[in-house]
Amino acid sequence: MKRFVGFVRKEFYHIFRDKRSLFILFGMPIAQILLFGFAITNEINNVDIAILDQANDVASKEIINKIAASKHFSIVDIIQQESSIESIFKKGKVKAVLQFENNFGNNLIKEKQANVQVLTDATDPNMASTISNYISSILKKYQQELNENISIDYQIIPQSRMVYNAELKSVYMFVPGVMTVILMLVSAMMTSISITREKEQGTMEILLVSPLKPFQVIIGKVFPYIFLSVINAVVIVLLSIFVFNVPVNGSLFLLGIESVLFIITSLALGILISTISATQQTAMMISLMGLMLPTILLSGFIFPISSMPLPLQVISNIIPAKWFIIIVKGIMLKGIGIGFVLKETLILLLMTLLFIGVSVKKYKIRLE
Amino acid sequence: MGITISNISKSYGEITALSDISFDVKPGELFGLIGPDGAGKTTLFRILTTLLIADNGQATVAGYDVLNDYKSIRNSVGYMPGRFSLYQDLTVEENLNFFATIFGTSIEENYDLVKDIYVQIEPFKNRRAGKLSGGMKQKLALSCALIHKPKVLFLDEPTTGVDPVSRKEFWEMLKRLQKKGITILVSTPYMDEAALCDRIALIQDGNILEIDTPNAIVSHFPKPLYNISTNNMYSLIESLTNYEHTYSIFPFGEFVHYTDKRDPIDKASLKTYLESQGLTDIKIEKTQPTIEDTFMELAK
Repeated sequence: MKRFVGFVRKEFYHIFRDKRSLFILFGMPIAQILLFGFAITNEINNVDIAILDQANDVASKEIINKIAASKHFSIVDIIQQESSIESIFKKGKVKAVLQFENNFGNNLIKEKQANVQVLTDATDPNMASTISNYISSILKKYQQELNENISIDYQIIPQSRMVYNAELKSVYMFVPGVMTVILMLVSAMMTSISITREKEQGTMEILLVSPLKPFQVIIGKVFPYIFLSVINAVVIVLLSIFVFNVPVNGSLFLLGIESVLFIITSLALGILISTISATQQTAMMISLMGLMLPTILLSGFIFPISSMPLPLQVISNIIPAKWFIIIVKGIMLKGIGIGFVLKETLILLLMTLLFIGVSVKKYKIRLE
Repeated sequence: MGITISNISKSYGEITALSDISFDVKPGELFGLIGPDGAGKTTLFRILTTLLIADNGQATVAGYDVLNDYKSIRNSVGYMPGRFSLYQDLTVEENLNFFATIFGTSIEENYDLVKDIYVQIEPFKNRRAGKLSGGMKQKLALSCALIHKPKVLFLDEPTTGVDPVSRKEFWEMLKRLQKKGITILVSTPYMDEAALCDRIALIQDGNILEIDTPNAIVSHFPKPLYNISTNNMYSLIESLTNYEHTYSIFPFGEFVHYTDKRDPIDKASLKTYLESQGLTDIKIEKTQPTIEDTFMELAK
């Protein structure tokens, strides 16, 4: 036990005396979460739109007022003829044009049906469909207000509601993702680098010719990082609660346990990487290319897995981050309990055991 | 309880690092492994410290087999690799403390063993190991290798890159450690250090050339040896190389170590020859061969 404590103390000296690793440990998580939270966002705010009002009656005016009042849109232009639509899009500033047909109000009252065209600039397809959804919902709301006092038989009104993230805030989606990426990065890259550094500097030679057993070296190496990663996870959760108002609907305790499990999975991966790489540089490259990229691209963090081609969907299953993101989203946003993430938890657990098993088997008790 | 090595061979792919090496180191002996870079010294150290597995042969250290009892060996030997292998970002004291702890002991417990060495670096105990001078690094590394009171001490080129004064001090320390009953195997490329060992093995290209006490090795030198000096070193070597009776020449400081094919040597005719080559201030004196001479002779 004294040996273990001595070893861990030495590891802490290494970490706290190396400014670079301190920065990666604590600077990066905060920078990333703020960056993803504030800068990179899917929400639409103050999108510039133009109006082509050929009706110019009470109904169209009312709708225009509603749109102008919403914080999502700002009306920057009122155009008079259809031919200007193309030129206004080409300028690039206006993302959507709302066109009311002639006699819009009359048609609405008399024919009980009126047309309004929503033209969106689909060079950014996600944004275009979001805009058109937002406008449709404003139109629908107006229609409901109109119908309030009139009874029409047999009417189906679809009531769609966004649950768990009613305001479609992208930070809700990024927090679990960023947390996953950071825990993976810190745990796997930092451990693999710290183990290969011993090899590179020749100190591994002395550690091998000592009574320390391989598992003592490994546990001694990963223990500080478990500790620091837990601190990181706490910082991320606190930031997301207090800066971005992301709710934690489920149990914090369960979130904590699952995070520790994922941290251990990542550490095991880090150890595995260190057993196959001889230098710190190799370890870093393998961690970045082999872990970071798949974690960001294939885990469902940024791109939904269901819309990937089948081979990539299959590959995504072996990425630990995928399962952890499902767990974190479930606990934080849906507030579900362990029963609903049991499968994902077990998969992570199995992966961890596998990685540890392979690392112990591959850990060299000699130099070659 | 010392070290036994029998028929150890090791190659890395095509390159043979050690071929069929056998020798014993007696308990309490200060044994030197003398040879140039690339002779196989480090490979042998790594086999004995259980870091590498030999292709062939057996070896025991402190009575334990290097293959089967490697864990016992790792408990009872001290190893100082050729490259400085301590934690550069830890201070002197932290390094020593760390190595004491992982061997399950403390600085206080074995202080008397490292005292002589450690007092010299103690004034710098709060300095990071990476910022020490070469000699101090070696003293720290030796302290770290000794702190757990090893039965056998392996020192791989401990004085390479160290100034002459520190080298001398270092060897005095080894002598003192030996008196405390520690078996020491030390390797060095410096022939002058070989004379300080009890016994030495001359090693080259993975082969042992000779094993004996330094005095015996020197006495095995086959011919009378002469120091020759003149006004011009370069043309002296050139002239001697072309001299018909030359057996061997070997530059040695300000002299050339010379042996002759004839026995006894004809000093007068050698001097006449050198004068005929335009050399002046010619001095020819008989001298004692050194280990270096013997090594060069054996390595021929």
